[in-house]
Amino acid sequence: MPSVLILGAGSDMAVAIARAYASRKYDLQLAARSGQALIPLQQDLQIRHSVNVTVHDFDATAFNSHAAFYEQLPVIPDISICVFGYLGDQEKAETNWLEAERIINSNYTGAVSILNIIAERYITKGSGTIIGISSVAGERGRMSNYIYGSAKAGFSAYLSGLRNRLFHKGIHVMSVQPGFVNTQMTQHLALPPLLTAQPEAVAAAVLKAADKKKNTLFVKWHWKYIMLIIRNIPEGMFKKLKL
Amino acid sequence: MQKRLANWGNYPAIASEESSFTQEEQLRNFVSTNHELIARGNGRCYGDASLGKHSISMLKYDKILSFDTEKGIMECQAGVTLDQLLDILVPKGWFLPITPGTKFITIGGAVASDVHGKNHHVDGAFSNHIIDMDVITGTGETITCSPNQHTDLFWATCGGMGLTGVITRVKFDLKKIETAYIRQTQIKAKNLEDVIRLFEEYKHYTYSMAWIDCLKQGDSFGRSILIVGEHATPEELNAKQAKAPLTLPVKRKLTVPFNLPSFILNTLTVKIFNWLYYNKNLKREINNVVPYEPFFYPLDAILHWNRGYGKAGFVQYQFVLPLEHKDGLVAILKRISDKGWGSFLAVLKVFGNQESLISFPMEGYTLALDFPVRKGLFEFLDELDEIVLQYGGRLYLSKDARMKQEVFWKSYPNAEKFAAIVKQYNNDKRFTSLQSERLQLTR
Ligand SMILES: Cc1cc2nc3c(=O)[nH]c(=O)nc-3n(C[C@H](O)[C@H](O)[C@H](O)COP(=O)(O)OP(=O)(O)OC[C@H]3O[C@@H](n4cnc5c(N)ncnc54)[C@H](O)[C@@H]3O)c2cc1C
Repeated sequence: MPSVLILGAGSDMAVAIARAYASRKYDLQLAARSGQALIPLQQDLQIRHSVNVTVHDFDATAFNSHAAFYEQLPVIPDISICVFGYLGDQEKAETNWLEAERIINSNYTGAVSILNIIAERYITKGSGTIIGISSVAGERGRMSNYIYGSAKAGFSAYLSGLRNRLFHKGIHVMSVQPGFVNTQMTQHLALPPLLTAQPEAVAAAVLKAADKKKNTLFVKWHWKYIMLIIRNIPEGMFKKLKL
Repeated sequence: MQKRLANWGNYPAIASEESSFTQEEQLRNFVSTNHELIARGNGRCYGDASLGKHSISMLKYDKILSFDTEKGIMECQAGVTLDQLLDILVPKGWFLPITPGTKFITIGGAVASDVHGKNHHVDGAFSNHIIDMDVITGTGETITCSPNQHTDLFWATCGGMGLTGVITRVKFDLKKIETAYIRQTQIKAKNLEDVIRLFEEYKHYTYSMAWIDCLKQGDSFGRSILIVGEHATPEELNAKQAKAPLTLPVKRKLTVPFNLPSFILNTLTVKIFNWLYYNKNLKREINNVVPYEPFFYPLDAILHWNRGYGKAGFVQYQFVLPLEHKDGLVAILKRISDKGWGSFLAVLKVFGNQESLISFPMEGYTLALDFPVRKGLFEFLDELDEIVLQYGGRLYLSKDARMKQEVFWKSYPNAEKFAAIVKQYNNDKRFTSLQSERLQLTR
């Protein structure tokens, strides 16, 4: 049975991705801060799809534990997906280092730490797919969320470099920029309906793009053009905007 | 974020703050730190029961926790829909013990309305099949209740319209089936008397219901089609069906994409619809074996058919009258046909005996009718309420959007007892809906 590892498996997007792979009969390794909290999802996937599912404790910010975490996985997964992230509170992070650090570590440092380990394993094995869920927020820093955005920017650059390196070893790396997604993380924000994707749609798009070995994926096609515009606004003008 | 919410009848609509959870710990926290909450399933009740200032969407609380395929026991979180459950149950030879006329409802909604199906006279309501369940009450604690554990909470939650708290987990028994098909018989009835006689004659059938044409006068007053059915055995299937007796029906979906102008649904169109429906059956009796979907869920084939009633929305009027007062049916149908305010759907069912604290069913006949919202409608329905009261009947809370407070308190014999239990678990009015305010259920 092919298998998938999902890091940060408790989020709405991760659940949708897990269900999509389970319906294709992939076995799943689900990891989150509390593996215990994933048990209902584990039962659900096993009953609905008759696949094997294991749950694991994984803390993105506990870097020292990552090697041991990866060692104890039952099998080396064919696909590893990094879904975890933390939006945090921009205003708080401006003055509170703990919040800023948590945002950076959850979205960037933690991801680099675990993906470095996974990459080495895949190189030894000679195959594998790595998928990272980054964010359009990383395309340009904006006053409303640049701590999160800068961490995601770092993550996007990391994934692009990793893709470049691993391409030569036969390993595929895909970055995903989902744009706005209707999830628990965003339920209290007023998101524009036309630009907002459902987690199930993100999952379907991720699977399809991974099958086609795409390098990058914008879940709603509009985003590609919106970001093209946002990236190209001259800095002199951009700084005057309140974005 | 504020969202515009309305249930199946599109009346009433309100702005509500919606939150959703996937972890019990977060949900418990939310409940114990907020007020004016109401749980919401898939919004398939017709009126205002799951509308409130803050709604807790249960749709993501949708994990299947265990499925005992030997004994036929299902345990799941409350936000799982019947649709999802059938996909898992049917191929393994099991079926829902009770199902309403749509499969797009959640298990939490099934419990909170204590739903009934076409088999009420044989199998009772949903509450009769619950082994145990968990409810997060107003104190923010999770209480496990069942017919022999925290029984007051159990009975006040079944049919309690979300007012005792948030149902998070339900364990219930299933019905064994050998095939995914129904052997059905459809019989034309000349008039109301005829259909009631037929109901008696066919009462040994597990499933039964009738479509009534409520606009006909004179001899054909109350003409109908009675539909009865049984889960088919493998021997009853034709060669093609027998090849895979437990396969799921193919999912086909038609949808009404927008609200139709309301003038499309006037008396004339209802008359034409009913004429076509009645006359599509040429023979007096038709016997056939059909997949379970068209039998149980004829309307689900057209997603969003509710939009056919236009922007103003519609209300469903469902009442039950005690068995000895079936003459009340005549009185009510007469009022409707005199008024000429027919309904596409007039569904008649028979209920068996049921002890209940606050659930709708009681032994007798139940009729459900749709009325588009228009001037004068609520006054007219108030008049019908008087007749229902006079005959000792009551209205289904899950369909209600407009009943007056007195009507509820007069017609539900255990209303006081129910309100007292609600008060105990929902002390500082954490759970309230437009309906509970209107009917003063948490006073
Ligand atoms: C086409 C159609 C046919 C129908 N046929 C029938 C029928 O034959 N028999 C029948 O009995 N009903 C029938 N109904 C009504 C329907 O079964 C009920 O209204 C059901 O409760 C809807 O469930 P829901 O999940 O959509 O919940 P909602 O409509 O969102 O909520 C209904 C009630 O349940 C409460 N609730 C929902 N989830 C929870 C939870 N987790 N914890 C606590 N409270 C909760 C809400 O607060 C509200 O009071 C029909 C409805 C439609 C649209």
